[in-house]
Amino acid sequence: MLIKKPSDIKPSEITDQKHYKDRRKFIQAGLGLTGAAMVPGLWLPPAVQAAREKLAGVQKSQYSTKEKTTDYEDVTTYNNFYEFGTDKSDPAKYAHTLKTSPWTLTIEGEVAKPGKFHLEDIIKQSVLEERIYRFRCVEAWSMVIPWVGISLADIIKRFEPTSRAKFVEFTTLYDPKQMPGQKRRVLSWPYVEALRIDEAMNPLAIMAVGLYGEVLPNQSGAPMRLIVPWKYGFKNIKSIVKIRFTEKMPKTTWAAAGPREYGFYANVNPLVNHPRWSQARERVIGSGSIFTRRKKTIIYNGYGEQVAGLYSGMNLRKYF
Amino acid sequence: MNFPWSRLLKPVVFLICLIPFAYLLTGVFTENLGANPVEYLARSTGDWSLRFLLIVLAVTPLRRITGWRFLIKLRRMLGLFAFFYVTVHLLVYAVLDLTLDWSFLLEDILERPYITIGFTAWVLLIPLAVTSTNRMMRWLGKRWKTLHKLVYLIGLLGVIHYWWLIKKDLQEPIIYATILFVLLAMRVNKKYFNSLSVLASKLP
Repeated sequence: MLIKKPSDIKPSEITDQKHYKDRRKFIQAGLGLTGAAMVPGLWLPPAVQAAREKLAGVQKSQYSTKEKTTDYEDVTTYNNFYEFGTDKSDPAKYAHTLKTSPWTLTIEGEVAKPGKFHLEDIIKQSVLEERIYRFRCVEAWSMVIPWVGISLADIIKRFEPTSRAKFVEFTTLYDPKQMPGQKRRVLSWPYVEALRIDEAMNPLAIMAVGLYGEVLPNQSGAPMRLIVPWKYGFKNIKSIVKIRFTEKMPKTTWAAAGPREYGFYANVNPLVNHPRWSQARERVIGSGSIFTRRKKTIIYNGYGEQVAGLYSGMNLRKYF
Repeated sequence: MNFPWSRLLKPVVFLICLIPFAYLLTGVFTENLGANPVEYLARSTGDWSLRFLLIVLAVTPLRRITGWRFLIKLRRMLGLFAFFYVTVHLLVYAVLDLTLDWSFLLEDILERPYITIGFTAWVLLIPLAVTSTNRMMRWLGKRWKTLHKLVYLIGLLGVIHYWWLIKKDLQEPIIYATILFVLLAMRVNKKYFNSLSVLASKLP
């Protein structure tokens, strides 16, 4: 049973970082209590401010959908992140143990410029964009999520992949102390996902660092996660500590756990069913009542225009 | 042992058995079933279906061990509650999830083994529910007992149904399977458990 939090602070109600840091000046400027009382967020305790920190300088993107976004509450309390437990309410309950700062990203393999980098240095060099994307889980439910992220292609180019780099492999943090779900071998830890390099260079692929204009909450894969909206949710690996460039197709976690059920490509496809359930339709989270119908699933999650070319001539039943 | 408030026993147990249903109904009306209420209802009614099947399968072994005869008086009601929760579970799936789209329902029943099995379990429960009246029991005589042995198979199908629908974490289906195994083993190995009950009766 999900218990709703008593007070939900909408992003619009939170004082943005700039004003928050200037709060002393603001008060010293003589506006005093009257002025402060006019700014709703000003009297919030610092802990709440830290928990939901606004990101500055986020630009809009032509790739965003205009569909109604799923509520912040639903996005952050109903998701899979097995590192914190296999129930979809577990991540929201247990992800607070994850320490996202400082965070080191390791770049390895077929690149001219490998190394270890502070995450903030990587983010600093890029433009933050809001990308409102459809999100389709392999379990046949879906959301519309306003991510804030940076182009994956931009990041990749910086490390100068060699001609042998055919695949990009991502690895999640492995630390059972921070991620208690890893104490049980439900999956073979650490979680690994990968893309073909041309998929990774597609303009739709981003590294998300935010949600609803704010810093990504831990349960959603902080501090940085992959978002490839034409693929099933499990490809969108969270809390990434390593990116490796390889010549051979990497072994990915779900494909290894159930090779008949989860493929390397995992492109959303209503015609290729999961062996145990239909992928023809999806339950849209947070839409209407219990009597609302499922929505028809669209191939490539509706992003065919941008990505279908990546798979031309491929048998999608074989390479599912 | 005789239950002290024997006249109150059945109504009290009846109300207790309705608590999960009332809880879910409240959740529906207060819109408090989380981000995916249909899935929540399906999961929860499925859980209660399995629990009631195991509870009813526990009646006979438990009576044999404890000697509490009043348990047998509850068996029919508990069995009917198992049928009730399985039916609600099926309705949640067919009415709410598939919005009564018969082509999808048919496809699921024919092509998805876990649904084939779950559906079969429900179908097999129907004759048991129908023959649960005193008249039916008298009319069927010895055949009644044979017919109602179907419940062992139904319990097994229920656990397999749950096992096959899980994506990866089998912890919960394993718990149900273990309990079912113990309950069935107690029937196969009556001698051993009879000696247990003799032991229990000698306890002060």
